[in-house]
Amino acid sequence: MASLVGSRVERKEDKRFLTGKGRYTADININNQTYAYFVRSPHARAKITKIDISKALKASGVVDVLTGEHIAKDKIGGLIAGWAIRSEDGSEMKCPPNPPLAKDNVNFVGDPIAVVFAESLEEAKAASELVNIDYKILKAVVNLSEAMKDDTIHKDIDKNLCYDWLLGDRQKVKEAFDKADKIIKLDITNNRLIPNAMEPRACVVDYNSASEEITCYTTSQNPHLSRLIMSAFGGVAPEHKLRVVAPDVGGGFGSKINLYNEEIVCSWASKKIERPIKWVAERTESFLTDTHGRDHITHAELAVTNDGKFLGFKNETIANLGAYARVFGTVTPTYLFGPCATGVYVMPAAYSNVKAVYTNTAPVDAYRGAGRPEATYTIERIVDKAAIELGMDPIEIRMKNFPTEFPFKQTLVHQIDSGDYVAGLKKAKEMADYDGFSARKKDSESKGKLRGIGVTTYFEACGIAPSPVVMMLGCGVGLWESAEVRFNPTGQVTVYTGSHSHGQSHQTTFAQIAADELGVPIENIDIVHGDTDKGTFGMGTYGSRSLTVGGIAIVNACKKIVDKGKRVAAKMLEASPDDVDFKNGEFVVANSNKKKTIGEVAFACYLPGVRDEVKSPLPEGEEPGLKESAFFDPANFSFPAGSHIAEVEIDPETGEVKLDRYTAVDDFGTIVNPTIVEGQVHGGLAQGIGQALTENAEYDETGQLITASYMDYTMPRADNLPEFNLGFTCTKATTNPLGVKGCGEAGSIGAPPTVMNAIINALDGQEIQMPATAEKVWRACKNLKKTKNKAA
Amino acid sequence: MKTFNYHSAKDSKEAKKLSSSNSAFLAGGMTTIPSMKLGLATYKDIIDIKNIKKLSGISVSGKSIKIGATTKHTEVANSKEIKKTIPSLSSLAEGIGDPQVRNRGTIGGSIANNDPAADYPSACLALNAVIHTNERKIEASKFFKGMFETALKKGELIETVEFQIPEKSSYQKYPNPASRYAIVGVYVAKHKSGVNVAITGAKPCVYNDKDLAKALVSSFSSNSISGMEVNSSNMNSDIHASAEFRASLVVTQAKKAVEAC
Repeated sequence: MASLVGSRVERKEDKRFLTGKGRYTADININNQTYAYFVRSPHARAKITKIDISKALKASGVVDVLTGEHIAKDKIGGLIAGWAIRSEDGSEMKCPPNPPLAKDNVNFVGDPIAVVFAESLEEAKAASELVNIDYKILKAVVNLSEAMKDDTIHKDIDKNLCYDWLLGDRQKVKEAFDKADKIIKLDITNNRLIPNAMEPRACVVDYNSASEEITCYTTSQNPHLSRLIMSAFGGVAPEHKLRVVAPDVGGGFGSKINLYNEEIVCSWASKKIERPIKWVAERTESFLTDTHGRDHITHAELAVTNDGKFLGFKNETIANLGAYARVFGTVTPTYLFGPCATGVYVMPAAYSNVKAVYTNTAPVDAYRGAGRPEATYTIERIVDKAAIELGMDPIEIRMKNFPTEFPFKQTLVHQIDSGDYVAGLKKAKEMADYDGFSARKKDSESKGKLRGIGVTTYFEACGIAPSPVVMMLGCGVGLWESAEVRFNPTGQVTVYTGSHSHGQSHQTTFAQIAADELGVPIENIDIVHGDTDKGTFGMGTYGSRSLTVGGIAIVNACKKIVDKGKRVAAKMLEASPDDVDFKNGEFVVANSNKKKTIGEVAFACYLPGVRDEVKSPLPEGEEPGLKESAFFDPANFSFPAGSHIAEVEIDPETGEVKLDRYTAVDDFGTIVNPTIVEGQVHGGLAQGIGQALTENAEYDETGQLITASYMDYTMPRADNLPEFNLGFTCTKATTNPLGVKGCGEAGSIGAPPTVMNAIINALDGQEIQMPATAEKVWRACKNLKKTKNKAA
Repeated sequence: MKTFNYHSAKDSKEAKKLSSSNSAFLAGGMTTIPSMKLGLATYKDIIDIKNIKKLSGISVSGKSIKIGATTKHTEVANSKEIKKTIPSLSSLAEGIGDPQVRNRGTIGGSIANNDPAADYPSACLALNAVIHTNERKIEASKFFKGMFETALKKGELIETVEFQIPEKSSYQKYPNPASRYAIVGVYVAKHKSGVNVAITGAKPCVYNDKDLAKALVSSFSSNSISGMEVNSSNMNSDIHASAEFRASLVVTQAKKAVEAC
C-alpha cells in the first residue's frame, strides 16, 4: 500500500461543507429553547450607578433577566489569563477581575452587563432596550502610546501596566552596540486587527434537571479547555456534569481560543432558568467583543558592521492588552513574540522588552501567528532598513547573517533543531525571478508607475512545548495533546483527538497518518473531535500545533495498537512476537508466508474465543479489545521557516498598490497533504496581506470602534491578491517521528514585512506604517516627487 | 428589526394611497432593509412596489433612454440597448455592490435614497436625466438636494428615469476599499450642448463640477484638466480618505474618464 503521507488526498470534509451539510452551533435547536440577548456597554469606560431590570422583566415573552448581581450571588467566576508573566523586576503581572457580566464598571464598548432570555429573539432584543442602566461616564484610555500616563483603568494597576517584561541581556547588548559601525533605528506600529471568523460566535446550552448535566454547544477551538475553565474557575458545574461540544466551527484564527462571557453566562443561566438557551452573536457583536489581534508600538535598533554583519538587537515594545487579560493575551506579546524578534539570524546579543498595558478597548489576544508576525515584522523591516542604509542588496544582507549549522541556538530562547535558510531564500529568489525585477521596474516606470520588490525570511516557533518548560514560563496548563485509537470488531477505526478542526482539515490529514500507521484504508477511518464526552482531555488547536502535537499523539496511539496487534498475531500464528513484522496492514512472521491482517487481529481481540472450544487467540494476561490512547508532549517547539518575495506596482496619482507577484517558499518539514498545506498558506497570506494593505481596527478618542462593520473594516478580497507562486523546501523536524512542522500561520507571519518591504522599496526607502492604504501611499508619492524635484 | 405592516401595491395610485408619514416604499430594499435591521430606520408600513409592472423596464428612443424605477442593476448592466447607446451607464450598473445587490437593487431606489457615495446620482447629473414621478417631471439638477435628501415629497414615487444619450461618456469610480461604494466617482459626459462632469462621493451630495466642465468644453482632452486643483474645503473626510485626497482623486478620476471616453 502506497503511503498516504505526502499525497493529495481529497478532503473528507468537502462533501459536507460544499453541500451545506455542515452542522454549526447556530444550526442546533433544542426543543423549548429560549433566546438570549446581551445588554452591552455603549461606553468605553464608565461606572455603573444603577441597573433597573423591572420593566424588562415584564416585557412580552421575557423568561428572565440576569445581571452581574446574580452572577456575584451565585459566586460564578470570571475570565482568566492563561499565562502568568513576570516583570523584569521579578514582580507578578497585574490582572484585573473580568466578571462574566460587569457589575460596577464597564471597560470597553461591548462589555456585557445584563442578559435577557425570551421566547423569541425579537422579544429578547426588544426587552433589552427596557433594561435601564445609569452610567457615570469616565474618560476612556484609548491611545496606546499615552496609556501609561493616562488615568488608571483598574484599581491597583498603576500606569495601566500589566507587566514590564525583559528577555535577554541589556549589558551584552550595550557592549555590542558600542562596537557597532552603525546603529539602524526603526519605529513601527503593528496595526490592530479583528480576526473576522466567517462564523460569528454562538452557544446553545441545554440543562438536564434530572441528570443535572449541562451541555454547551459552542464555537470553540478547544472545548476541553473551555470546560476546564468554566468548571474550575467559573464554578458553573463540576467537570463531569459539564459537556462542551464544539461541532463544525467556521474559522477561529485564535479568536475562538478563549472562553467568553456569553458561554459562562448561558451555561450558568440554563440551570437557573431550567430552559435551554440559544445565543448567536450578531456581526457587530463579533467586531466589538471577539478578541482582537496585534496592536504593538515598537522601537527597534540593530547594531551592524559596515559590511552588514549583525552585532546586536534591541526591541522596545508597548503591547495593547485591551480592557482585560485573556487566555493567551499575556503570553502573545512576550514568549511568543520576544524570542522570535531576532529572526533567522545569528545575533550575538539581543533583548526584547515589552510593556503590556490596559486600555478601554476590546481584549487583545492571539490572532493567527500570535506574536510571531509582530516579531517577524520588526526584524524583517529593520534588516531591510539596514540594507538600505548600508547600500546592500536585501538578499545579500540576509544571506550574510543566516546560521548555516543546525541545531542552531537562537539568541534568546530557541534551540532550532533543523532548517536551511540559505536553500529557502535561493529557491525563492529563483522562483520570483528576482534578477528580472529591474526590467519589470523599467516597464512599470514607462507607464508612469512605481515598482518595488520586498524580501522576508522568517522562522516561527509553533506547537509550543514541552509542558514542563511552558509551565515554568508561566503557562497554566501543559501543552501536550491526546489521542485515542479504537478499532471496531469489523476492522474500521475511530480516532479521537484533542485537537479541534475549524478549517484545518484534520479529518483528512489525521486519517492519512492513521491510515499509514495502521495499514487501514482511509475510508475506514473516522476522526472524532470537539466533544468532551467523546475524547479524552485535549488542549485544542492554535499556534500551528495540531499536526506536530495532536497528530503525533495519534501516531503514538497507533504504534501501541500495532504493538498489541503483534502480540496477538504472534499467538494466532504460533510465533514469537519478536518475529512478527507489521507492514501495510499485515502482521507477517519473518521468513514465512504466515500472516494475519490487522482486521483479523482486531476481530480476534473483540471475539477472543472459538465456539465449542476453550481457546483464545489472546496471549496469557492480554486484555480483550483493541483500543489505545497516547498523550504526546514534544521535546521542543517545531520551527518552520520560509522566504517570501513580493512585488508591488504603485500608481503615484492615486496611491493604489497592486500586489503584482508573490512568491512563498516554505519549509514545513514533511508535508502530509500538499493541497491542504497550500490552502493553509493561501489563507495565511491573504490575512497577512490584509494586515499590510487594508485591515485596521480603529477606535476614536472616546473608545468607540469606528471600524465595526464591513463598510469600514477593510477585509482583503480576491482582487487584492495575486496568483500565489508557492514552493517548498524540506528539512525534517527532529522532535517528532513524522518530521512535521506547523504550517497554519506561516502566511500571516511572512506576508506583512514582505509586502511592506516591497512598498518601501518602491518609495525609495520612505517609511510608511501598516496598513499601506492608498492615501498614505499617495502622500508618500507626493513627498517622493518633492524630494526628487529638489534633487533635480 | 421592529415589526411593520407589509403591503404590496398593484399600481402607483395604490402605492400613494397606502403611504403615510410613517411609511416607506420598498423596491430592492438594499438600503431600506439593512437600515431597519440595524435599527437606524423604523416604519409602520412598508409598501412594496416591486409588483407594479409598469415601473420596470428599459426603452430607447432616438435621443434618450427610459429606465423604469424598479429596474434592477443587473438588467441595466446587461441591457443590449444601453450597452449600445450609453455603455458607461451599463458599466456603472455593473460596478454597483456585489452580484446579490445588483440582482435586487433598483435604479429608482438608488436615486431616491441619494446616498452621497452612490453611483447612479452622478449618471443622472451627467446625462441630464429627467426623473418622472407619479406627480411630475423633475430635472436631475433640481432633484438631488443634499445628503440623503431629494426633491421627492412624501408619497411621491419615481416611475422612470430618462437619460439623455451623450456623444460620449465614461464613469470612473475610485471605490472605498471596504464597502466598494465610491470614495470618488466621476461621470464625464460630452453632449452636443456641452460637457458635464458629475462627481459623487466627494461631497455630502452629488454635484456638477463647473470648472472641470468648462476646461473640457474648450478642449475635450485630459490634458486640459491635468494639473487642475479643486477646492477640498467642503469635501467629505473620513477614515478612508481625507478631503485633500478626495480633491486629488476628483481630478485623476476625471482625467481617466476623459481618456476612456
